[in-house]
Amino acid sequence: MKGMTIIVKKVTEIICGVIFLYGIYIIVHGHLTPGGGFAGGTIIAGSFILLVLAFGSEFLALKKEETGSSILESSAILIFIVIAALGMLMGGVGIFFVNFLPKGTIGQLISAGVIPLFNIAVGMEVAAALLTIFLALLIYRDEVLK
Amino acid sequence: MELLLIVILVLMIGGAIFSLEARDLLSAVIAYGIVGFGLVICFLLLQAPDLALVQIVVETITLIIMIAVILNSTREEKEHGKGKRSVVFVIFAFVFIGLFLYFFNRTTSTLSVFGEHMMRMSKAYIQPGAEGTGSANLVTGVIFDYRGYDTLGEATILFTAVIGVLTVLRLRGRKEQGK
Repeated sequence: MKGMTIIVKKVTEIICGVIFLYGIYIIVHGHLTPGGGFAGGTIIAGSFILLVLAFGSEFLALKKEETGSSILESSAILIFIVIAALGMLMGGVGIFFVNFLPKGTIGQLISAGVIPLFNIAVGMEVAAALLTIFLALLIYRDEVLK
Repeated sequence: MELLLIVILVLMIGGAIFSLEARDLLSAVIAYGIVGFGLVICFLLLQAPDLALVQIVVETITLIIMIAVILNSTREEKEHGKGKRSVVFVIFAFVFIGLFLYFFNRTTSTLSVFGEHMMRMSKAYIQPGAEGTGSANLVTGVIFDYRGYDTLGEATILFTAVIGVLTVLRLRGRKEQGK
């Protein structure tokens, strides 16, 4: 896929990092404001997709990127299950998904125990999954057109 | 507000029907976007910001992916004539609509009256929700604490979908790396 014009590239340079940071904000504040892992992860994947669409598939090393996102996706779901299993070991009651960390004050950023950690794991999972699907489609097309 | 909702819903139905009937695949996908973004406005009017946020970003990403796929495929629909079998299909459709209505009527007759929900489960979430989970956003508290297994299932579905896409699409690349 070829890149787009200089206008699109310049705007992408300016706006891409802001979109990425906004996705991280949505994920980290998931237990305080609307949003969370699913929405924030999709926004992060969107910032990468914007980069690939604007600069073309030659600019980024797509195959390396795809391997990385595939590994990240697999490890994110592993982290999710490990946190859930830690609740079983450390919660004291022996149930999956027990909130074993201290709850803290409601409304502060560091509160709600393991819920922010679950949010971060799901955000990584969603971002890496959507990016992997997009990159797989793109690489497939480049290989077929060759 | 209900009038506005009805207008948006009619617009969404029109977009869905147009995307079924459109000759060009690109215009079909764009008409399908009307459905998704109309749903976002519906969620916002119904005061569900969590769902609206998820819907608007997922809709945008899927629309981008579908357009990127369609721009490099055959966009024109191929002609296929109507045979005698279409009469059979219509008859089967009406038979199944009748069966569906019959069983729908039978199952809903045992439910509680419309508008009076069973609140036993919901009360257990609402009243001690914030103290129990420590999460100010009650939706996230329910998703990751009370309904943790649901979220695990959703994440697993996404994981499986990615594995399926990679298996179908990246077969050739892996083979060439092995040589």
